[in-house]
Amino acid sequence: MKVTVDMTMCQDHGQCAIAAPEVFRINDEGHLEYDAEPGDDMLEYVEEAADVCPVQAILIADS
Amino acid sequence: MTTTPHVVVVGGSLGALRAAEQLRAGGHAGPITVLGAEAHLPYNRPPLSKDVLAAGEPLAPAALADRLAFRRRASTADVDFRLGDPVVASDLRAGVVWTGSGSATSYDGLVVATGLRPRHLDVSGPALGRHVLRTVEDSHGLRADLERGPGLRVVVVGAGFIGCESAATLRKLGHEVTVVEPVGSPMERVIGAAVSAAVQGHLEAAGIRFVLGTGITGYLGEERVEGVVLGTGRVLPADVVVEAVGSLCNTEWLAGNGLDLSDGVLTDNRMRVVGAERVVAVGDVARFPNPLFDDVPRRVEHWSVPTDTARCAAATLLGDLAGMPPDDEFAPVPSFWSDQLDLRLQSFGSPALADEVVVEEGDLEHLLDGLLVTYHRQGRHVGTLAVNLSAARQRGLREQFSRPVPVA
Ligand SMILES: Cc1cc2nc3c(=O)[nH]c(=O)nc-3n(C[C@H](O)[C@H](O)[C@H](O)COP(=O)(O)OP(=O)(O)OC[C@H]3O[C@@H](n4cnc5c(N)ncnc54)[C@H](O)[C@@H]3O)c2cc1C
Ligand code: SF4
Repeated sequence: MKVTVDMTMCQDHGQCAIAAPEVFRINDEGHLEYDAEPGDDMLEYVEEAADVCPVQAILIADS
Repeated sequence: MTTTPHVVVVGGSLGALRAAEQLRAGGHAGPITVLGAEAHLPYNRPPLSKDVLAAGEPLAPAALADRLAFRRRASTADVDFRLGDPVVASDLRAGVVWTGSGSATSYDGLVVATGLRPRHLDVSGPALGRHVLRTVEDSHGLRADLERGPGLRVVVVGAGFIGCESAATLRKLGHEVTVVEPVGSPMERVIGAAVSAAVQGHLEAAGIRFVLGTGITGYLGEERVEGVVLGTGRVLPADVVVEAVGSLCNTEWLAGNGLDLSDGVLTDNRMRVVGAERVVAVGDVARFPNPLFDDVPRRVEHWSVPTDTARCAAATLLGDLAGMPPDDEFAPVPSFWSDQLDLRLQSFGSPALADEVVVEEGDLEHLLDGLLVTYHRQGRHVGTLAVNLSAARQRGLREQFSRPVPVA
């Protein structure tokens, strides 16, 4: 699966990092870092992360 | 029961979409019909009082709804969205709902997701220049009015979250903003007096004026608003007025079914509508007990709630339809955020329940440096508010609530 976060939209809410900590994390500067190609076993968590992003910045595609 | 029950979702926003998605995620392969009053697919409301007012070209409602549309899970591709036709009546014993255009839809399972609509001030006056903020149409109308010039005199009525956010955004745009609030101080009911005063001070330093302890008793102007009259008799000149005075629940269509509709629709802890069968409710309109706090059913108007309640409600409905009712406890951690100028407020739990407020980090005079406040009821931690703290902290703050605390 391919994950893209539109960084022009992302406002560092960090909700994604709560839903899928294996894929999204907030670094020490308070900004988002993420794994753009997580394993397909992560799909459910990534879907949840995309759901809870307040600005709907997360896109998921099959790879 | 047929093998593929038909589920009807009434409402067309976040709660409705999440319910459809969670029904699919829960294995429901049968038809899902969403009946929504708005003409648009589900879109995100929070930007309406934030970026959408402030940035970019003003878009027509349909284009704006398109831009704010929620990502829809692929599993909902075959969900039948019937939009622009509100449900006006229902017979829950017969399992039928009727829309305004006269069409009847039967269901095996029903999801109530009709949310709220803004309350309007009960004060007569001109129609032009008065606004509420909940839909893309509302936002479009307000933006169009703001195009009339820079430095407009804006009165925001109501110092709740939507009022304060709108005031902050309008101030950022350079308008002269006054917030009028008859009861208490800004957002006080939720965040408590001390933090409220601090946030008010911060907004005032940016030039927003607050008039507290009096309401609007009249409007000036013939066709277009020219000013408002306060309870004290004082007149505030105004080019634009935003009425952010709370909401009404969209439950009229459920009348006549013997339900408790005194404040939204009453449900049990698993989101089952009390007094009906095969009916669940989600989102802003649902009044449910949360064992994280106590057994008092409450409505929670936070963005996180439609998603959380939809997960529970879908599992409940599918279980009930299959004759295997789930009974594990539903205890979501409520959370909300609010952006006001250079402040970001992030809350977990239910600060509004507190009788004691403790500043844990930072100080109320310097909000920009970061503030952490905890809220307690009878000695028990019930809520946390972070102001301008790194998002890296959120996970830890939220986790403090992930376990139900035994009710005293
Ligand atoms: C301007 C604004 C800013 C916000 N900002 C924040 C924020 O910063 N943080 C936060 O946590 N929350 C925020 N919220 C709250 C959040 O948007 C709501 O909690 C969320 O929209 C609730 O979703 P819902 O689906 O339950 O209800 P709603 O969004 O109210 O949706 C209900 C839908 O049902 C439709 N409907 C109503 N009656 C009928 C009927 N009879 N038949 C068919 N359809 C019907 C309505 O037209 C609507 O589309 C904000 C809300 C607004 C309006
Ligand atoms: S939840 Fe959305 S806005 Fe927040 S950090 Fe993740 S992608 Fe960015």
